[in-house]
Amino acid sequence: MFNPKFIPLAVTCALFFVLFGIGAIQFDGFGSSRVFFNLLSDNAFLIIAAVGMTFVILSGGIDLSVGAVIALTGVICSVLISKYQWHPLVVFPVVLIGGTAFGAIMGAIIHYYKMQPFIVTLAGMFFARGLASVISEESIPIEHEFYNQVAEFGFMLPGDAWIGTSTIICLLVLFVAIIIAHYTRFGGRVYAVGGDANSAALMGIPLAQTTIRIYAISAFLATLAGIVYSFYTFSGYSLAAVGVELDAIAAVVIGGTLLTGGYGYMFGTLMGVLIMGVVQTYISFDGTLSSWWTKIVIGLLLFCFIALQQLLVRGKPR
Amino acid sequence: MNTTPVLQLKGINKIFPSVHALKDVDFSLRAGEIHALLGENGAGKSTLIKVMTGVYQRDGGDILLEGNPIFPNNTGDAQDLGISTVYQEVNLLPNLTVAQNIYLGREPRRFGLINWKKVNQDAAQLLKGYDLHIDVTLPLSHYSIAVQQLIAIARGVDMSAKVLILDEPTASLDADEVQSLFRIMRDLKARGIGIVFVTHFLDQVYAVCDRITILRSAELVGEFVAANLSRTELIGHMLGKELAELGEHKAQTNENRDEALLTLQGLGRNATLSAVDLQVCKGEVVGLAGLLGSGRTELCRLIFGVDKKHTGTVTFNGKAVNFSSPRDAIDAGMGLCPEDRKHDGILGQLSIRENMILARQIKQGWWKFISRKEQEEIANQYVKELSIATSDIEKPIEQLSGGNQQKVILARWLAANPSLLILDEPTRGIDIGAHAEIIRLIRKLCDQGLALVVASSELEELVAFSSKVIVLRDRNKVAELEGNDINPQRIMQAIAAS
Amino acid sequence: MNLTKNQNLRRYLWPCAGLLVLLIINAIIAPEFFHIEFKDGRFYGSLIDVLNRAAPVALLAIGMALVIATGGVDLSVGSIMAIAGAASAYYITKGVDNLAIIIGAGLLAGLIAGVINGLLVGYMSIQPIVATLILMVAGRGIAQLMNEGQIVTFDHAGFSFLGTGDFLGLPFPVVLVIITFIIVQLLTRRTALGLYIEAVGANPSASHYMGLNAKAIKMSVYCVAGLCAALAGMIAAADIKGSDANNAGLWLELDAILAVVIGGASLMGGRFSIFLAVIGALIIQTLTVTIILSGIPPKFNLLIKASAIIIVLLMQSPRFQQQLSQLNFWSKKKESNRV
Repeated sequence: MFNPKFIPLAVTCALFFVLFGIGAIQFDGFGSSRVFFNLLSDNAFLIIAAVGMTFVILSGGIDLSVGAVIALTGVICSVLISKYQWHPLVVFPVVLIGGTAFGAIMGAIIHYYKMQPFIVTLAGMFFARGLASVISEESIPIEHEFYNQVAEFGFMLPGDAWIGTSTIICLLVLFVAIIIAHYTRFGGRVYAVGGDANSAALMGIPLAQTTIRIYAISAFLATLAGIVYSFYTFSGYSLAAVGVELDAIAAVVIGGTLLTGGYGYMFGTLMGVLIMGVVQTYISFDGTLSSWWTKIVIGLLLFCFIALQQLLVRGKPR
Repeated sequence: MNTTPVLQLKGINKIFPSVHALKDVDFSLRAGEIHALLGENGAGKSTLIKVMTGVYQRDGGDILLEGNPIFPNNTGDAQDLGISTVYQEVNLLPNLTVAQNIYLGREPRRFGLINWKKVNQDAAQLLKGYDLHIDVTLPLSHYSIAVQQLIAIARGVDMSAKVLILDEPTASLDADEVQSLFRIMRDLKARGIGIVFVTHFLDQVYAVCDRITILRSAELVGEFVAANLSRTELIGHMLGKELAELGEHKAQTNENRDEALLTLQGLGRNATLSAVDLQVCKGEVVGLAGLLGSGRTELCRLIFGVDKKHTGTVTFNGKAVNFSSPRDAIDAGMGLCPEDRKHDGILGQLSIRENMILARQIKQGWWKFISRKEQEEIANQYVKELSIATSDIEKPIEQLSGGNQQKVILARWLAANPSLLILDEPTRGIDIGAHAEIIRLIRKLCDQGLALVVASSELEELVAFSSKVIVLRDRNKVAELEGNDINPQRIMQAIAAS
Repeated sequence: MNLTKNQNLRRYLWPCAGLLVLLIINAIIAPEFFHIEFKDGRFYGSLIDVLNRAAPVALLAIGMALVIATGGVDLSVGSIMAIAGAASAYYITKGVDNLAIIIGAGLLAGLIAGVINGLLVGYMSIQPIVATLILMVAGRGIAQLMNEGQIVTFDHAGFSFLGTGDFLGLPFPVVLVIITFIIVQLLTRRTALGLYIEAVGANPSASHYMGLNAKAIKMSVYCVAGLCAALAGMIAAADIKGSDANNAGLWLELDAILAVVIGGASLMGGRFSIFLAVIGALIIQTLTVTIILSGIPPKFNLLIKASAIIIVLLMQSPRFQQQLSQLNFWSKKKESNRV
């Protein structure tokens, strides 16, 4: 029997292949493994951030601080590497720990003071952006041998497809996230909290611990996304990655996760990012379409998926 | 039967900022017994349960589990110790599968990862023990409340429960489902589990319970052996009065019978209610009897236009009407006090005044604003008339007791000046004192010429005020009783007959 | 009796006291802060400046207060500002001179956006954060489409008056806020609409049983929010004599939400006060001025704002209040021990 809970995921996957197929038919060189893997490597940071967002949304929350955390990570990395001459491999653990703590604090405030995640992470977003601009208002370049090595690292697949560091990191993150979400007790708790936090608590789920961990994971992954983002830009800038949280939320929704929490799959989020990437690639291949069409199309896609979710939820008894 | 207590509470005190919710309460549960915990609303039952299960921390006294003092900090702790609770509204997770619900937080693992195959196999095996042969990989929301409740019990017991607390588990079950629940309770009792059973239905207490503990206004009244306590004594203990007021029988006489106000002919809705005929006259109370799920609430909703009818005709005030929303019904002169007061009735954070005038305001239209002064007059008038216990009409309604909230909602509709008022379970979840008052009020309104349709699961209540009783079973109207036929036995027969 | 009166009073006390404290701080660090001059038929001074700069957020906050009262939120108001500005700019650059058409186009754009939000939230029952996210994302694209990706500049004296003119000595944006405030206040408090909005926010199901048409009420609040945003967008465009689809109203939806929250409203819906929402907008703007006056570099602006938000949110949390009173209790105990 085909379980109706897979419908959104199936639609997402089908949509990706249809869009990719249309592009492949229309343009030479679109339907290549190179374009596909470029989708992955161009959007690696977004995939990482969106995976974190998926945990949050599955639990019925939302994290608006993601973009700001990416920017803050870039600024801190560039300052520590360029100004203080730290080695990147020392810097990364430090910022990852700091980022995780930041998320944990937001989670703690949400849980202990019973505040809406939306408003707490909004304050978190202001805080992270504010801190980034206090550290430096200008873009700081990162010059370090390690960054060059990272950029060069990778291997070629047939069809001129390049798998670089970012792609490897993002696939690794996705793999671990799928394991955590679907094969650990913690994953079950995330879904439980998203289904009904009250019942989950009465069933003995440690709400405080779960909530704090969820936001800590999201901030950890946002920080990691920030590191990966700095691999592209070789710099840190306090106004970088503006609106990435919206892209991440859009990717999660297009990936078939219910925004009210409790239903959805990690894998869908990957497909969500790829769909948004395909739309962008299509528009750049076309050349006559202007870039703002990306926003409009993503808006329309968001609408369609939300409407689909609504139909599925309504179709149920009760 | 084993007489050593598995769970013992001694001198429990719980103090909230405004109330002393438990005063030196003792409670003792033996292994292998079913122990009823009774009391009016506000007597302290639910506080006591929450203290046992770690939702609240006690402010004094001891809890001994098998003789050892315990200090549960949350429901998780209590579960680990062996105290499980199943609530009326089934606190499981509708989005997870049945198997996930049963093993949530304690899934069998292999190499640190959850072994889903074993989870599903174990769950199916476990439920077979409860005579449930269902697909455990489907989401819980797929199954009925009764099945969900059994799943919750299976989960609780499987977590090596020594003590199982059932908090009003029968409220949303039909008679058959209640019987199968009782069968399982007796089963578990035979396995040596101590069961605390909270319910409003006294019949059920006598059907399964060994002993009874009664609380009244935060204090222990006493512990009794069920077999030695008569029903009158029991109600007396709960009320603190020698005799309950409920037995009073007084069917309404109606002089203006011929003046039909509401006539239903073949009113029905697919899969909800099959064709019902009914006539309500001015100044009469028509009772709707039947078990939960028999179609009582559905009929109320259909008359009021909450759900749209599929078949039949409705004539109201001499005109054929076809309501597509409550608004139409209200404009025509109806009012409905819904069954679920908290969810469908009160506007919690708004004041008593606003809660009272809103229906009237809506009926008048948003541009014809009722002035603040007028609002206050209306509110004060009804606070006095219905003797609502409050010092201030500006108080948020959520701060009132259930009975007073119900009176405010009644006032809301009276202020809108309807000719027909539909009350769906008007006395549900309110204490017995307020209960009697609301029954008196219904009679009074009827004397004033208002027509009422009252759905209730309490037969005595229906007998006390109805001039006609409609009995529903399985979404069908099965009987219409009048005059001397209106007595609990006849209604019961009509509900039960097949 | 006194208890509930006190509660009502306290709702107004905190935000007003907060604004007062900020103003006093400003007056201490910069005595000229309260200095107002009347010159060329117009008032000048820091205080007037605060009012003028707070105008767009105050307008957004008025609409947002109503939306939040129904239990919703409108994330798209910033994008609507951009669309409205672009719509007006479109007609000006097309050579239309009739001010009514230019302003009408902006307002119509806001109204259409509001209707879309209202349809999604009210009639399709989509979660408000999500429903308005759609227009938040797509809206800037639409504004860019109207501007064809450019920053459209224009010169139209009548339209510029919206942003830079003055009336009765006050900057015109401030006048617009006052007019909007009065209209919305009359509409919600002299008719039953305000009560309806609060009822829908407090308990949608119960409101339905009383015959309230929640769909229509939600539709109307999103329309009001859209109109307020359009007005704010036109002020912003008139102020810079241009329409910038990327930056017009960027992140102002967040300021508007914060203004409403600082004004003491619950994001869960129910009680609202547009007066307090406007106070909230003034607090945000005054805080910005306080930072500038106190000589802290402007780059600290966001950080301080974030801290202020967190403090306000914490103050509203019952749990935090309880912890504070416990702290008080302990310190008092210590004092008595010392004696």
